[in-house]
Amino acid sequence: MAANPMSQFDVYRIGPEIKVGAFDISFTNASLFMIISTVSILLVFNLGSKRNSVLPNKIQLLAELSYTFVAKMISDTAGSKAKPYFAFIFSLFMFVLFCNMFGMIPYTFTVTSHIIVTFILAAFIFIGVTLIGFIKHGFGYLKLFVPSGVPAVLLPLIVVIEIISYLSRPISLSVRLFANMMAGHTMMKVFGGFVISLGLVGGWLPLSFSVALTGLEILVAFLQAYVFAILTCIYLNDALNLHH
Amino acid sequence: MIKKIYFQSIFFSFLFFKGAFAAESGGMPQLNPEFWISQIFWLILTFGTMYVVLSKFILPKISNNLESRKSQILENIEAAEKQREDSEAKRKEYDEIILKTKSEAKTMFNQTREKALKDIMAKKEVLDQQIDDEINKAEKEIEALRASAPDKINKIAIETSSELLEKLIGFGVNSSSISAIVDDLSKRNGDKYYGN
Repeated sequence: MAANPMSQFDVYRIGPEIKVGAFDISFTNASLFMIISTVSILLVFNLGSKRNSVLPNKIQLLAELSYTFVAKMISDTAGSKAKPYFAFIFSLFMFVLFCNMFGMIPYTFTVTSHIIVTFILAAFIFIGVTLIGFIKHGFGYLKLFVPSGVPAVLLPLIVVIEIISYLSRPISLSVRLFANMMAGHTMMKVFGGFVISLGLVGGWLPLSFSVALTGLEILVAFLQAYVFAILTCIYLNDALNLHH
Repeated sequence: MIKKIYFQSIFFSFLFFKGAFAAESGGMPQLNPEFWISQIFWLILTFGTMYVVLSKFILPKISNNLESRKSQILENIEAAEKQREDSEAKRKEYDEIILKTKSEAKTMFNQTREKALKDIMAKKEVLDQQIDDEINKAEKEIEALRASAPDKINKIAIETSSELLEKLIGFGVNSSSISAIVDDLSKRNGDKYYGN
């Protein structure tokens, strides 16, 4: 089992099999790490918002810095109209970040390395953004596919390209996160395997590489959460402020 | 021949490994749909719960904290600004008082000086008057004395000359004739004896 770098992504049942109708909703290791992530998010931010001292303590500072970070990100990319969606984007960013970060601890399971999880998140965002666009602008939202200032000859081609790019948003959003997390963890596992197989003599090189890779992966874990959130903001901006 | 066996063994070992991997997990576990429904269910459950708790309870509190801190800091800055202005005003007031007092002192000094000068002048005038009066008086007295002096001298001269004549000639001579002579002499030589 240890030799296979993909075995870390295995989902297995913890406890009994739970079935609702034809659907298997058993508690798995993925569910466990989703719960760990959400509980720790709630714990950190609950502690960080409990007391309001003029001079914040560390956990309060952490909570408030995260709050202002996400708030600034949203106002920079989607403007002031996106304020009602702040809580959702904040939750999204924190969920992806904490899942990515918990995945960095050895012997844990990375929730976001599963395409189904990221795809459900991305699909929800896609459907939500599309609904918001149609509610705000009616059928005028379709003008999104017709950029202004394009020659009439090119217009059919451009519209087709725009529609394809719009429809591929959930796929690119989900695959980006999933592939980044999976590739990083697989690579770390492969180098870890090299350390064992090369032993005391030659294991030092892959070990040092693995150490460097861990730092890189922590950066990627943060960056992918940020990219996920900021792309959501950009899609939301398209729906809220129709520029074309 | 040995070479062939060697390469074949490598080739077969790859096949063996591939078979082992395939047997273990069947490719990427992510594409195994066995637990997809479970993952979707738990994702919706955990993320939904987190979203509700964050948006209803925690984020408003954080935003409230930030707002109240901001307003408190602004209030403090305002208070500090106000106090600074107050102190500035008080300093100005103090400066004004100092200036006013200085000018008052100056005018008072000037007034006193003028008054003193006036007093001195007045006193000087009075004194001058007195001195003048006294000088005048003395001059008048002198004048009077001077005026009376020739008469007295004449009288003395007449008496002395009559007595002298009496002693010399043994009898009295008419004083009127002597006085006539004396007068004549004194008129002629008056300037010589008394100056003027």
